[in-house]
Amino acid sequence: MEHFSLWLAAFLTLGIISFLYKDNAWYKLTEAIFVGLSAGYWFVALFWDNFYGKFWIGKDEHLYLYVGAFLGLLMLLRLIPKIGWISRWPLSFIVGATSGLWLINYFSSNIMKQVQATIMPLFSTQYGAGFNAEPATIIGNLVIVFGTFTGLVYFFFSKEHKGAFGYTAKMGIWVIMITFGASFGYTVMSRMSLFIGRIDFLLGEWLGMIL
Amino acid sequence: MSFKKNTLTVTPSAFSFSLLIIIFMTAAASVVSASAVSGPAGPPEADTVEIVIASPTSPVVSDFKYDDGNSLILTWVPSIDDLPVGGKVLGYHVYRSDNGGEAKKIAELIPGSNYFKDDDLYGDTTYVYHVVARSANSRAASINTEAIQPRREWVNLNLKYLFLIALIIAASVIYFIETAKRGKKLFVRKIAGLEAVDEAIGRATEMGRSILFIPGINDMDDVQTLAAITILGRVSRVVADYDTKIRMPVARSLVMTAARETIKASYMAAGRPDAYNDDMVNYITDEQFGYVAAVDGIMVREKPATIFLLGGFFAESLILAETGNSVGAIQIAGTARPAQLPFFIAACDFTLIGEELFAASAYLSGEPKQLGSLKGQDIGKGIAMLAILLGVLLSTIAAVGDTETITEILKFITKVFTVTN
Repeated sequence: MEHFSLWLAAFLTLGIISFLYKDNAWYKLTEAIFVGLSAGYWFVALFWDNFYGKFWIGKDEHLYLYVGAFLGLLMLLRLIPKIGWISRWPLSFIVGATSGLWLINYFSSNIMKQVQATIMPLFSTQYGAGFNAEPATIIGNLVIVFGTFTGLVYFFFSKEHKGAFGYTAKMGIWVIMITFGASFGYTVMSRMSLFIGRIDFLLGEWLGMIL
Repeated sequence: MSFKKNTLTVTPSAFSFSLLIIIFMTAAASVVSASAVSGPAGPPEADTVEIVIASPTSPVVSDFKYDDGNSLILTWVPSIDDLPVGGKVLGYHVYRSDNGGEAKKIAELIPGSNYFKDDDLYGDTTYVYHVVARSANSRAASINTEAIQPRREWVNLNLKYLFLIALIIAASVIYFIETAKRGKKLFVRKIAGLEAVDEAIGRATEMGRSILFIPGINDMDDVQTLAAITILGRVSRVVADYDTKIRMPVARSLVMTAARETIKASYMAAGRPDAYNDDMVNYITDEQFGYVAAVDGIMVREKPATIFLLGGFFAESLILAETGNSVGAIQIAGTARPAQLPFFIAACDFTLIGEELFAASAYLSGEPKQLGSLKGQDIGKGIAMLAILLGVLLSTIAAVGDTETITEILKFITKVFTVTN
């Protein structure tokens, strides 16, 4: 059975990788298995984790769970065309609640904390210390303040990017692009590690070529 | 200030006596009291010299302000033997008694600690704490704190400045909405990625091929998905007008429902409800890479002329964008996830970067409500830019010159933008 699992995993891995050549029957088969199995798995997982694990077990202790269950029930009314429109209510609730909750989160992290973290003395390491910062610290501080400010200017939509404002915005997009460049290299390396993991499985566990 | 060694320090003889009492009480099947004063001391090594330490003093427990009524704060004065160099204290143990029950150890803290926040408590339970300092072979317990119940506050005053700024922005939004309603044109600068939306849909129409709209893999509780669905409203309206084919595979059932409602509304607004079909939006799977495998398959088999990749994306961003690129589709992408944006910029024709994604719906629709909201957000950005400029300037002056007035102003600005709890 263990060998069968191993060969099956290798067969499916190669099936997915075969897409690099072109779309083919092997890939289609693997894709269908992957999608079908995962959709079934998630249905079962969500049923046991959410419906049973959270609602069914916790309903007596946390009465507010009935609200969620009721909204969930309303969603199922989509299955009855005549009153299917009622399913828009829970959907509206979700959209409204999400917007409200995220408003505070975004506001707190993207404005308040960002501003607070950017307010810093440019040439000093502490207040009342005079010009005592190392050149590297000064450059670091300047990059943070300059990058944050010009980035904000780029995302200011109410003014045309012309003249000094446009020049500042252009500097902002340069800062953003340099940041993306660094991020690109970093993330590509993490993707490579995923690929190496699969190759390690094929050559090591399956073929035994890596000890 | 002078400290006297607490007489409650547990010596071997005192410990033995306590132990005898505990054994006796257990044998009598009675409840062992918290005995916080003597503390649940551990046995010292018989063949080592006892390291006597002073107990921590003045333990005070207070309610944690502006919470949901589930946290308490315990503070104390550390043992005088707790020194940074050559100190005898190895750490502190915090004990808690619930509703007068047995005191149980709930935390082990490092030397020098004088603060502990106890979370996940209940508002209807009374709590009493004591702190035990511990050396290599002895322990010294503080006295018990007063009994306390955590309280819930209905208003979080820590967020008053956040509320104030939000209020300013909200007022700006209302002002701009009303201004737009009165017919005044609100200026919004050109966003290249959004200018290309109509052109991209037109291209698909001319080529007689479909449009693929991918709303990311997050659920409806992600604001990026909400932004994507809002843009979908505009895209599907144009699609309905042009009678172009749209295909939208999704990874979340709620997104499927919301997307169907949105497209249906667009088709109805375009006066073509008969052309709407539920199959335009179909659920694939919640599994990230299962979804990617299926969407990749759709791309290479249907060869859409235009692909929208808008919403929350993770590791699948480059796989999807690269496959879309390989089939020759014009691609408009947008996300607020900084780690995925570089891939979209590399592989797509147009990319909406972060805030541009959220501005898209207002930009595309030109509706007064949405434009007013966008202008109001710009007021928020203006406040942030002003605060940064002023803060950095004052901060630099204060650091160099140590001016008291400037330092006070700076402290106020920092306080305004500090979000706690």
